[in-house]
Amino acid sequence: MDKRKLIDTTVISITGLMALSIIVIILIIMIVIIIGGKNYLTWEFLTSSPQEGMTKGGIFPALYGTVLLVIIMSIAAVPFGTITAIYLSEYANPKSRIAKTIRFAVRTLSGVPAIIFGLFGLGFFIKFIGAGLDNSLYSGELKWGQPNILWASLTMSLLTLPVVIVSVEEAIRTVPIDMREASLALGATKWQTIRKVVIPGSLTGIMTGTILAVSRGAGEIAPILFTGAAYYLAHLPTSLSDQFMNLGYHIYIMSTQSANVDETLPIQFATTLILLVLTFSLNLLAILLRSRIRNKSVK
Amino acid sequence: MEETENQNIKDSANSTDNEYGTHSFKDFQFKNDDEEIDENNKGTTFDLISLKKKFRLSEFLAEKIITSVAFLSIAIIILIFIFVFRETMPIFFNKADKKSNVENVNKPEEIKQERYVLEDTEKSEEVKPERYGETTDNYSFLEKGRETSLKSETAGHEGTISISNLLGMEWQPVSNNPRYGLLPLFLGTLKLTIIAILFAAPIAILAALFTSSFAPNWLREIIKPSIELLAGFPSVVIGFFALMVMASFFQDLFGYSTRLNAFVGGVAMSLAAIPIIYTVTEDALTAVPNTYKEASLALGASRWQTAFFVTLPAATPGVFAAILLGIGRVFGETMIALMATGNAAIVSANPFDSVRALSATIGAEMAEVVFGDTHYSVLFLIGSLLFLFTFLLNIIAEFYVRGKLVKRFQGAES
Repeated sequence: MDKRKLIDTTVISITGLMALSIIVIILIIMIVIIIGGKNYLTWEFLTSSPQEGMTKGGIFPALYGTVLLVIIMSIAAVPFGTITAIYLSEYANPKSRIAKTIRFAVRTLSGVPAIIFGLFGLGFFIKFIGAGLDNSLYSGELKWGQPNILWASLTMSLLTLPVVIVSVEEAIRTVPIDMREASLALGATKWQTIRKVVIPGSLTGIMTGTILAVSRGAGEIAPILFTGAAYYLAHLPTSLSDQFMNLGYHIYIMSTQSANVDETLPIQFATTLILLVLTFSLNLLAILLRSRIRNKSVK
Repeated sequence: MEETENQNIKDSANSTDNEYGTHSFKDFQFKNDDEEIDENNKGTTFDLISLKKKFRLSEFLAEKIITSVAFLSIAIIILIFIFVFRETMPIFFNKADKKSNVENVNKPEEIKQERYVLEDTEKSEEVKPERYGETTDNYSFLEKGRETSLKSETAGHEGTISISNLLGMEWQPVSNNPRYGLLPLFLGTLKLTIIAILFAAPIAILAALFTSSFAPNWLREIIKPSIELLAGFPSVVIGFFALMVMASFFQDLFGYSTRLNAFVGGVAMSLAAIPIIYTVTEDALTAVPNTYKEASLALGASRWQTAFFVTLPAATPGVFAAILLGIGRVFGETMIALMATGNAAIVSANPFDSVRALSATIGAEMAEVVFGDTHYSVLFLIGSLLFLFTFLLNIIAEFYVRGKLVKRFQGAES
């Protein structure tokens, strides 16, 4: 009997150890990056441009470019994602073939490798739409048919669309059916019910979806590698047809392609720390919001 | 009552809605006009309304717009298919109209030659490497374009490239005699995937088993969000960590010579795969009906026996799906592959050799490539293959696995 119990405890501890090891890995990554980057982290670092071939100065243009990218991306992804989620939960019959196909498409979309979105952005936005615009509006002059922040943001919005759809749909499902029925019984139409009852009830979910999308969009590099990110720009992007700098791309270039990797090492750690803090806090916020939604739905 | 109902709608609807509402009123529903005037006839009109569904333009538009937006996801998938494949087409078909000026100078023979090559690819392939390997070693970059076009007349490199070139064992796209052997890249990706899954799958599955079967509630509340946070780590951060910290650490530990290699890349990628494997496995495990566990425990099995011999086998399709999705994630992972694997296309069984992944190849070379030339098309071909592969994995995970899981539990739940 004792032996039996011993084996039981041992096996359970092994599985527990695995779970623990994941948490330890997360902590190690965070601690190493915090230690490596904290000394270089000053207000000036955040607000000045890179100087002397990236060996000095800050990361302001990269930060600015990332924020801009994320804003344009959200403008594109959040409305479309929300509307798709409304369709899936309010209009579509869950057993219909259409709803199933859309669900499958959303899941597939979330499984497509990020680099494929980059290729798609290049082939579709830049070479098809962009070049088409140039040919028809600017008589062949190169304006939209090249990498820029608009195309990069739109490419990124395709990547984050499933994120928005999934979390908004989950939030919509937590709006009690009684509230919908009450609204309909009072004579409101379906669309009025959605607008006045369902959407206000799932605002937190829409916010969670947006936050998750923003954090995803801020961290992904592969889709923007050849749709708009630039290594170094002397000016901040001022129009949608400008290229932009990006935090993640900055890290990638500095750590792999720069001539003096060792000299820029503190900057690299500090930049990684900024990106990590940004995505980490956004994710934490999303998790807290989501647990609030779930708790509400349990009551 | 009917009056208040109408009032309600008007109050709640905003101005545009009201416009549309009254519009549709007049145009389509004369009966409703009477309703509003004849308040005495409440009973009969109420019946009419409840039997007949009113036509409202705003409702109609809202539904149609929402439905069409919902189709966007499907449209995107189809567009990805079309546009990624479109750019690979020049490999398989000659595009005479897209050729540059240099090639158009010597048209007639060229076309003839190409047709010959197309019909008889293997023959020319055998001869090619030796013939050009030695003669065309040191041409300047500017001359290269001219050279390749000259070569293409005999070797068939223009526009189309032969299948045997694609299946070759060498990846040397930027040379005078470009070789687009995809095999080393494919084997490299495979090696990375195997290493990553060997690390990620046991950790993630056992951790999922722990949280779903053994862990007390408070611990579960810590572990689950932590893994969600790991999923939120940007891959560039993991790549950076692997490049700067893990690579040196493993080198000190194992003492191999190449600092960046498949092992480092694979372990780093397992960090990206763990969250997805964990989440899907955990879902599958919690979906196993409690009656299964209760029956097992009642028969005298211990907790670990129940978890390993009852819960886990019952959730096998889900675990299988989790591993497939993990493979898909690793297969397409670009930034970690770019940063931590060394990016040398070496074919070997040694996990401590550098590898070059398919995705990393696209990421590294697309920026430097000339739009529309063969190298560009080959990179898109790699992209298409990656996309097809992950798409197939998704389909398998979706239909085979999900269907099986549902069928298995249907009896138990009812």
